[in-house]
Amino acid sequence: MLERELVIIGGGPAGLAAAVRAREEGIRDILILERDNAPGGILNQCIHNGFGLHTFREELTGPEYAQRFIDRIEELGIEIKLNTMVLDIGREGIITAVNSCDGILEIRAGAIILAMGCRERPRGALNIPGSRGAGIFTAGTAQRLVNIDGFMPGKEVVILGSGDIGLIMARRMTLEGAKVKAVVELMPYSTGLKRNIVQCLDDFGIPLMLSHTITGITGKKRLESVTVSQVDENRLPIAGTEQVIECDTLLLSVGLLPENDLSRKCGIELSSVTGGPIVNESFQTGVPGIFACGNVLHVHDLVDYVSEESGLAGKGAADFLRGGTSGKGIPVKAGGGVRYTVPSFVDPSKIQEPLVLRFRVDNVYKGRYISVYFDSQRELHMKKRILTPGEMEKVLLSPELFKKHPNCKEISVITESE
Amino acid sequence: MIDVAIIGAGVIGCAIARELSRYRLSICVLEKDSDVAEGTSKANSGIVHAGYDAAPGSQKAKFNAKGSAMFPSLTRELDVPYKQNGSMVVSFSPEDNARLEKLFENGMRNGINDLELLDREQALAVCPRLSENVLAALYAKTAGIVCPYELTIALAENAFSNGVRFHFNSRVNGIARIKGGYRLTLDTGDVIETRTVVNAAGLYADEINNMVSENRMKIIPRKGEYCLFDRMEEETIQQTIFQMPTAMGKGVLVTKTVDGNLLAGPNAVDVKGKDEVETTREGLEYVLRTAALSIGRLPEKQIITSFAGLRAHLESEDFEIGELPDAEGFFNVAGIESPGLSSAPAIGEGVAEMVANRLSAKPNPSFDPIRNGIPKFREMSNDERARLIAEDPAYGRVVCRCETVTEAEIVNAIHRPLGASTIDGIKRRTRAGMGRCQSGFCTTRVLEILERELNVPRTSVTKCGKGSELLSGKRH
Repeated sequence: MLERELVIIGGGPAGLAAAVRAREEGIRDILILERDNAPGGILNQCIHNGFGLHTFREELTGPEYAQRFIDRIEELGIEIKLNTMVLDIGREGIITAVNSCDGILEIRAGAIILAMGCRERPRGALNIPGSRGAGIFTAGTAQRLVNIDGFMPGKEVVILGSGDIGLIMARRMTLEGAKVKAVVELMPYSTGLKRNIVQCLDDFGIPLMLSHTITGITGKKRLESVTVSQVDENRLPIAGTEQVIECDTLLLSVGLLPENDLSRKCGIELSSVTGGPIVNESFQTGVPGIFACGNVLHVHDLVDYVSEESGLAGKGAADFLRGGTSGKGIPVKAGGGVRYTVPSFVDPSKIQEPLVLRFRVDNVYKGRYISVYFDSQRELHMKKRILTPGEMEKVLLSPELFKKHPNCKEISVITESE
Repeated sequence: MIDVAIIGAGVIGCAIARELSRYRLSICVLEKDSDVAEGTSKANSGIVHAGYDAAPGSQKAKFNAKGSAMFPSLTRELDVPYKQNGSMVVSFSPEDNARLEKLFENGMRNGINDLELLDREQALAVCPRLSENVLAALYAKTAGIVCPYELTIALAENAFSNGVRFHFNSRVNGIARIKGGYRLTLDTGDVIETRTVVNAAGLYADEINNMVSENRMKIIPRKGEYCLFDRMEEETIQQTIFQMPTAMGKGVLVTKTVDGNLLAGPNAVDVKGKDEVETTREGLEYVLRTAALSIGRLPEKQIITSFAGLRAHLESEDFEIGELPDAEGFFNVAGIESPGLSSAPAIGEGVAEMVANRLSAKPNPSFDPIRNGIPKFREMSNDERARLIAEDPAYGRVVCRCETVTEAEIVNAIHRPLGASTIDGIKRRTRAGMGRCQSGFCTTRVLEILERELNVPRTSVTKCGKGSELLSGKRH
């Protein structure tokens, strides 16, 4: 049995940033477990640029962004085990993992940070009818095939879902010589970043079909065509609007799900909205000593925010290891168009610096206000030109606000028309 | 000239092949697809039925009762997971209650002795998830679940190890009578001369029959669609819950699969094409709506895939098994729809006996009934895992993270008897890609392993045979 002060599960952007911060906070005995053959996580296949504007004030590619953190991990001498898959987190904080060199590893951890990231929703999650031949990939799988493995999944492509990975892959496939015939989006708006719609679709003349979905797939052995239908306000296909688009490849970019199989098995309470653990201001889950950050917690649009959030989780774990405790504290409620907040509990005694509350809205709102209430007292009121489900929002709550409301029972974050 | 040519490598063809390998005969199996279990055997409910619903005296009744009784020992010999989870037919109305009693009596006539009629309270005690619609149930404790393609693969591997040869990508295009037997022409251009023929061609059994017999046969493809759900941590159903059978079959069931998923389906729609396995929106909605009558609303967010299979239906409503009156040495095994999987072991034994008698075959003294499956990392203790990794480091590399399948298992699946050469072949032998991400993560890794182990270009690796290549080429 190995013993470590802090074990971080996942060596992607979240795990790396958490490790760096924990070390900076004085935790010496850290181990990162990464299942792939290199650290960096999904950034390694994101060879486009646009990463790091907030963190480094420059535009980096995914691998470049990851490298900044990998370099730091090396400078700090933080141990990382690659090709290592965690099989189980036991009740006593004992992690079981496997790799080829060590065989079965059992590690007793003083604290654990979950940083396993997320996975893509498959076709089955949408129950798209039709045939089941080759040629249907999630966008992330296609991205790995093209950027890491050096293979093309097809020549004529339709993409379902206008999330960022779908948009990025529309451009990537086009640049590699494929014909992207359409990006089909169920909602009346794209869930991707505005800049990606402009740079990945508009610049290449790729049509974005809003309020449409795929209602049929043909091709016994390999995909031959998809049927695209318009949907009504209840997102149900409208008969008579079907159009057939011939293609050999369908890429699905229909959502990401935090990868919480391990968390669920060790009894961590998950949010039914995000699919990620419910955490407090220190990013501690319902199980003391287990923290979570990055896309395993809630799906982010920008890696910069993952790094920022994960640093705080690293600090939270360090505080815990130094004997600090933080409980559930007061709840942060989402409502009025706000789907969830992270964190969803705050211990006011822990707030030394402004608390970042991140959240997403459930629809496109123009000219609406974001308001934060401490019980019934409105303390923050900001007009937003536009709010969309595709872009994560945040508010900052200063330590003064918590001092002002020492007996606050509940904080709520809502949108308001005035 | 060989002794036996079996047409079709589904569960029936493979069960017959394995039983025939108990005799000293030269046997080959001809399969039009690239692997075993590529047709009906890969897409059905995976239920080993108790046998109460077939008409007494029918072939279905006879083979079901005998076949399901063979499952415990057969699956032990073949190292195939099988579980007696028990099944229930539930009633939603007083009329249904009366029909339950009829089913019970029918079962008694078929020699099924473990049946019980339960009232609502008793039924709930067995399966607490039953919906408020359920008034009573017919409970069959010994009904079981098995993975249909895993069983088919195991039967085929064991047949192969006992000397049966398999020809894949080999469709029978023509059959001619020759002195002392038949000459089969394959679409590969090859010709096989054989003393006897077993027609286990599933949906295509009519075409094969009609190549030699004046008694025309017509198989009606009857489609059934399914939704497969993620394995769920919370207590879900353990049993198989049927509704009242109809003229079209056993109706929509919900069941736990032997691999721990929840499965709902099938509907029953007669279709024209024998490859018409597209799912439909209406079909899947019907399945979900109907299954909900039994156990309440299904967790639709947890659906990981949907699929459809085709039953080989005959108008006679019964299996057609036996030597053709107008074609000596030619045996039909046709119309094998439900309870075909449950009957497969008995059909295999029965048909093998008929063929062996026809050929006056002697027992094969070196027949070995034991087949060892691929050791499953996910089911091992940590000590076993550690020991295997020490022997073969590939056991330490997890390729499919949803189902915890290691590289060693995938390599084993490729190099074992009748090994996998496609992504689907790997999937059915190891479960890599069967989990909640539905191969999003492991496909690229499995492609790489197939390329390396088979020494073929990655661009020629297929999902399920020629024409289903996954990659269109190298990146420029």
